Amino acid sequence: MQKQQRLAETIIHGVFLLLGLVTVGCVLLITVYLVLSGIPAIRQIGLVDFLLGDTWESTAAEPSFGILPFILTSVYGTAGAILFGVPVGFLAAVYLAKLAPPRVKAVVESAVSLLAGIPSVVYGLVGMLVLVPGIRRLFHVPDGASLLSAIVVLAIMILPSIIKVSVTALEAVPSEYEDASLALGATSIETYFRVSAPAAKSGIAAAVVLGVGRAIGEAMAVMMVSGNVPNMPSLFQSVRFLTTAVASEMAYSSGLQRQALFSIALVLYLFILLINAALNFFLKRDKER
Amino acid sequence: MQNSSISTGRKLYIRLMKGLCCLSAAITCGVALFLIGYVLVKGVPNVTWELVSTKLSYLDGTIGILPDILNTVYIIIATLLIVLPLGVGAAIYLTEYARNKRLVAVIEYAAETLSGIPSIIFGLVGMLLFANTFGSCLLAGALTLVIMNLPTVMRTAQESLKTVPQSYREGAFGLGAGKWRVVRTVVLPGCVDGVVTGCILSAGRILGESAALLFTAGVAHTLNDFFSGLGSPGATLTVALYLYAREPRPGAAEASFAIAAILMALTLVINLAAALAGRYFKKRSAL
Repeated sequence: MQKQQRLAETIIHGVFLLLGLVTVGCVLLITVYLVLSGIPAIRQIGLVDFLLGDTWESTAAEPSFGILPFILTSVYGTAGAILFGVPVGFLAAVYLAKLAPPRVKAVVESAVSLLAGIPSVVYGLVGMLVLVPGIRRLFHVPDGASLLSAIVVLAIMILPSIIKVSVTALEAVPSEYEDASLALGATSIETYFRVSAPAAKSGIAAAVVLGVGRAIGEAMAVMMVSGNVPNMPSLFQSVRFLTTAVASEMAYSSGLQRQALFSIALVLYLFILLINAALNFFLKRDKER
Repeated sequence: MQNSSISTGRKLYIRLMKGLCCLSAAITCGVALFLIGYVLVKGVPNVTWELVSTKLSYLDGTIGILPDILNTVYIIIATLLIVLPLGVGAAIYLTEYARNKRLVAVIEYAAETLSGIPSIIFGLVGMLLFANTFGSCLLAGALTLVIMNLPTVMRTAQESLKTVPQSYREGAFGLGAGKWRVVRTVVLPGCVDGVVTGCILSAGRILGESAALLFTAGVAHTLNDFFSGLGSPGATLTVALYLYAREPRPGAAEASFAIAAILMALTLVINLAAALAGRYFKKRSAL
């Protein structure tokens, strides 16, 4: 009887161990699949030509597969979104964590979680019908579907993550720090920006990195507002991101073109892994302190 | 503020920073309000009974989104059915069974990595793994979403398992219960709140997902019941919105706005549900 029970316990332990390892299995599976399907095209095209080539003509008679435009567009687009999104997000987080009266705070916080929950296609749709014509009229350019509209949409989309993580970091600052600063004669605003914010800098850095990850990985909203032409990035030109390069040709691609799309996904995945490592670094440093 | 002895420069700095903080918060709220207002004003008049109760007909030239609504419901149900046991099981392993600290760290690192991967990559891998082996269908989409939502469910279940007091477990062990019995009768009932929260969060994510579904679940607008639906390709509401937004045919733009309004309303409902569930469980655990 007891032996039987012990056996049963061992089996159940094993089942739970397996369930716990599913996550690890998924990550390994994704990595292996992306590497295996991404490598052949890079080998055929050549790593340098692939990464640094500046023309993408996948369906031409003599196709060329250079993804430098996509890489630069993704980098510029993300940088632009961070440039707009981080200051607004950080200042709004200071307001939420330190300044807001409780009632106002509840309202603003629900607005933030609503922004986080809106599907990316809805951002894309509104961007397509409000932002794109708006930019065309405002800057007198022939087509508003451009890097700039993608940057604006991305900046709005990363706001909630930046605000939420920064608020958590700012609220975790020990109140002794702030009390000491106030006792030394600093006003409350000076305390928040010169004491609380530097004390929470790891958490705020994590918020920025999280925003970078969100921005570089967004596909659908960007696809709907950026015009989707493989140009070298410029603010008012139609551009294509790493994510949209994969999404826009996948449906009809074949042969080397399809394999090259997998290679683009591999490049994107490497970017994401790098960003994750940075995120972990900042979060761990925060925890240790 | 408190006294007038501080210099004008400092006063200016304080005013400026305070103003910028308020302005940023106002911008955030303003954008949210504008999005809700714009989408609802443009979309709600287009949400007609005919639209939500019929299917797309090329013969009559009418657009109906009933299949897309049903597909969304099917894919949410299927994903949750699969992801719940996996995620809760993993959480139970991590909090109750795991002895090896390094293994726990590896699993948690994997979960973090998984939650940072963009949905287009999930879509691509889901296409290679599922859609290319048994065809693009709702089940392939649901399986892709399972991988995507695993970290969320695992994390919320783990958080709520940690709130089950250690003394409950010790009491059960002291009465002679085996490990499995303790997990089943003491620990599992304690993590109901985490499971409910995880379900709400995942449902919200699935509702808004499009990039991961485009190449796995397909783009068809056919009317199916649950089981035949799982085996055949179908567009969810978000995918349908994307398709209609690019289609030039008459009525397509109106349909995409109607879908956007429906999605916006559902997002509001899900946010409200998450907030209410959080408050309810907090109150209960405080007792």
